[in-house]
Amino acid sequence: MISIIPPRAFNFFTTFLCLSTGFALLTGCQKRIPAVDRGVQEQILHRAIGADIPQLDPHLATGVTEYSVISALFEGLIVPHPQTLAPQPGIAERWEISKDQLTYTFFLRKNAKWSDGSPLTAYDFRNSFKRILSPSLAAPNGYLLHVLENAESFHSGKLTDFSKVGISIPDEHTLELTLKSPAPYFLTLLTHWAWFPVHLPTIEKYGNMDERGSDWTRAGRFVGNGPFFFKEPANGQRMIVTRNPFYWDADTVRLNGIAFYTIDSVDAEERAFRSGQIHITDALPITKVKTYLETKNPALNIAPYLGTYFYRFNTTDPILADSRIRKALTMAINRREIVEEVLHQSQQTANAFTPPFTAGYTSATKVQTNPDEARKLLAEAGYPEGKGFPPIEILFNSSENHKLIAEVVQAMWHRELGIEARLVNQELKVYLDSRRQLDYQVCRSSWIGDYVDPSSFLDIWTASSGNNQTGWQNTEYDKLLRLASLEKNPEKRFDFFNQAEKILLEEAPIVPIYHYNSIRLIDPRVKGWYSNLLDQHPYKTIYLENP
Amino acid sequence: MIRYITGRIFQAIPVLLILITVTFFMLRFVPGGPFTAEKAITPEVLRNLEAHYGMDKPLLNQYLSYMGNLLFHGDFGPSFKYSNRTVNEIIAQKLPVSLELGAWSLAVALFLGLSLGILASLKPNSWLDYIPSTISMVGICLPTFVLGPLLVLFCSIKMGWFNASGWFDPIDRVLPALTLGGYYAAYIARLTRGGMREVLSQDFIRTARAKGASETRVILKHSLKGGLLPVVSFLGPAVAGIISGSFVIETIFQVPGLGREFVNSAFNRDYTLVLGTVILYATLIIVFNLLVDIVQVWLNPKLKFE
Repeated sequence: MISIIPPRAFNFFTTFLCLSTGFALLTGCQKRIPAVDRGVQEQILHRAIGADIPQLDPHLATGVTEYSVISALFEGLIVPHPQTLAPQPGIAERWEISKDQLTYTFFLRKNAKWSDGSPLTAYDFRNSFKRILSPSLAAPNGYLLHVLENAESFHSGKLTDFSKVGISIPDEHTLELTLKSPAPYFLTLLTHWAWFPVHLPTIEKYGNMDERGSDWTRAGRFVGNGPFFFKEPANGQRMIVTRNPFYWDADTVRLNGIAFYTIDSVDAEERAFRSGQIHITDALPITKVKTYLETKNPALNIAPYLGTYFYRFNTTDPILADSRIRKALTMAINRREIVEEVLHQSQQTANAFTPPFTAGYTSATKVQTNPDEARKLLAEAGYPEGKGFPPIEILFNSSENHKLIAEVVQAMWHRELGIEARLVNQELKVYLDSRRQLDYQVCRSSWIGDYVDPSSFLDIWTASSGNNQTGWQNTEYDKLLRLASLEKNPEKRFDFFNQAEKILLEEAPIVPIYHYNSIRLIDPRVKGWYSNLLDQHPYKTIYLENP
Repeated sequence: MIRYITGRIFQAIPVLLILITVTFFMLRFVPGGPFTAEKAITPEVLRNLEAHYGMDKPLLNQYLSYMGNLLFHGDFGPSFKYSNRTVNEIIAQKLPVSLELGAWSLAVALFLGLSLGILASLKPNSWLDYIPSTISMVGICLPTFVLGPLLVLFCSIKMGWFNASGWFDPIDRVLPALTLGGYYAAYIARLTRGGMREVLSQDFIRTARAKGASETRVILKHSLKGGLLPVVSFLGPAVAGIISGSFVIETIFQVPGLGREFVNSAFNRDYTLVLGTVILYATLIIVFNLLVDIVQVWLNPKLKFE
């Protein structure tokens, strides 16, 4: 080998390497003041909200991610109580309900204003409702307004005269809404963003009122009516909102601003929390929950959330058409074991489809785990000890958690019933497409309630529901839900729901597995943030304070 | 040379056209669409949405109108997911971020890679060789999704020097660039060492030394140009990879670049955004490969433009 030692060259390179690396390290490495500490001093909340926000237009927004931001920028007639979600006065300072529970009269605050200082009147609400129901806007949440008289016909384009929709305006501060049938959950429903007013003059400056893609939610153009508004353009990673001086209740608002971070990786979010960049995460990886629980970390926040994780059975499948088989499969699943072993207790075992205490309703019928009974039912259906039972497929969208649960269910069916199940995973949209076309046997599913009422869960299993996707239908079930929708007496109404849920659980087109919890990390200096079923957090009561 | 470059550009045009056509139709035949969601939308809403995006017309008409807008107006169309943004706008906002991340990473890769590679080649089979070679071997074996979080754990969470995620201040470029650049640096170091060893053992180097050229001059003037040849051929695909393949880095550090949009748009079935990013990346790869070919001819007199 060449053994010439090139001392000068060696010196040159090592010196160069050491100097430049050292320089690079020195310029960067200073301990920084974490954003969360600055936030506490400046009353700026730093909150991560998951994926990028596709829309700030409340009429086009579809998800809870957008709601996290939209609820800071807009306010509806009613606002949810931060703890109980009970209807509280928002833009409406009070309301009256007619005896037949069909007409709701809202008296609007005279000092309600838009963020450009212009007055907010009942006409703004009517025009906003007209916009979201316009067929050409194709608003995905427009159906939430179908409780209004004739709203559904207008939305589908059958009715073109908007004056026939159940909205009238006795004077500019009074709004009268007429329902097609009594809906005891109506006030709660009004807290949904689909009911938020939008500023039509601004929208029309950048396009037609009922046109998608009108570019009015950009910084500099945006006009809202919530406690905050925004001037700084969002750049795909952070959006900063500041106090709206024209908000009617501006004196109550304690935060000076909120910085929303769009972090679409739960792991990155957790690291950002630990490095002091954010006060509140959107979620927490399930693999880390155990550690946080064991170390009793005060930042960990687990609270019930209005949603159910369940399996659908395709009842048009020749094997699964037999309800005894569906029941046997249901009874062989030990849900408690799944929650304890796989989910580390981070979710709640589901005994029915509607989460317990939904607006005071808890299903009287419970799904049983009973392997003996399951084996008996399977034998009755012609497959004693699972003999001759063809392998079935469990479909889920690619995700480590879904896979873990499917593997446990697969093992339980094998252990208790002696039947084979194959796991099939598909990319999310492919899986949704297979599900819609009933191209599956068993598939993993979830449902999140739009509003706190059993109907938000039970309506989807009616024959006409686009979300049913099991092929299951039952005329008695449909009838009970129709009766519930017409019933004014809350007890009788819950009784109809109970009877319907009994049919659903006994016929077993679905297997409830667990009810969701929202799991996130919250800096203990965040005050006025309360956990609730819809995970809604009115910002005007939130503030930051050192212990 | 100009004829060569023009020829290559003309070759690229049919490649791009075929790519756009295949991508367009492949996307449409993939199950699930931009409006497929967990909660079903009503058939009326779906019909209106399809009408808004022109999806109610026959597929061939949609293709022709897309190509027309693209070729005559340079318009990639509106995004399906971000309903008030166009694909042109999204690319204009996110591409510079990816390019900046790419540029910093490339700088790190070249600086670390070349320095370590040259250092290792100077005194083979000594600790001066073993240490840089081991570092680069570890770098090759350590995937970015392990190195990234490790750097965050130490530099952000433990020491508090940097933000764990985001792309706000200049200092936020450090960790992503180190992670992405470090990975390529490892390869470059190995290639440089090999290339340099080969050149340093040649006769003309001995001649240079015999004529009394300083060692620094021998390295920088006589060996480096030849020693870098393997690195240059590696750089073509590497640069394209650094710019287009930074999805993992962009996710770990939440860099708002185009790499994430590229991958997510496919999941979202954001047809126009997928096409826009595919066309852009294809063009970039073609351009970088051409540049590498030109640089190689310049570095190696044995090659000629044909």
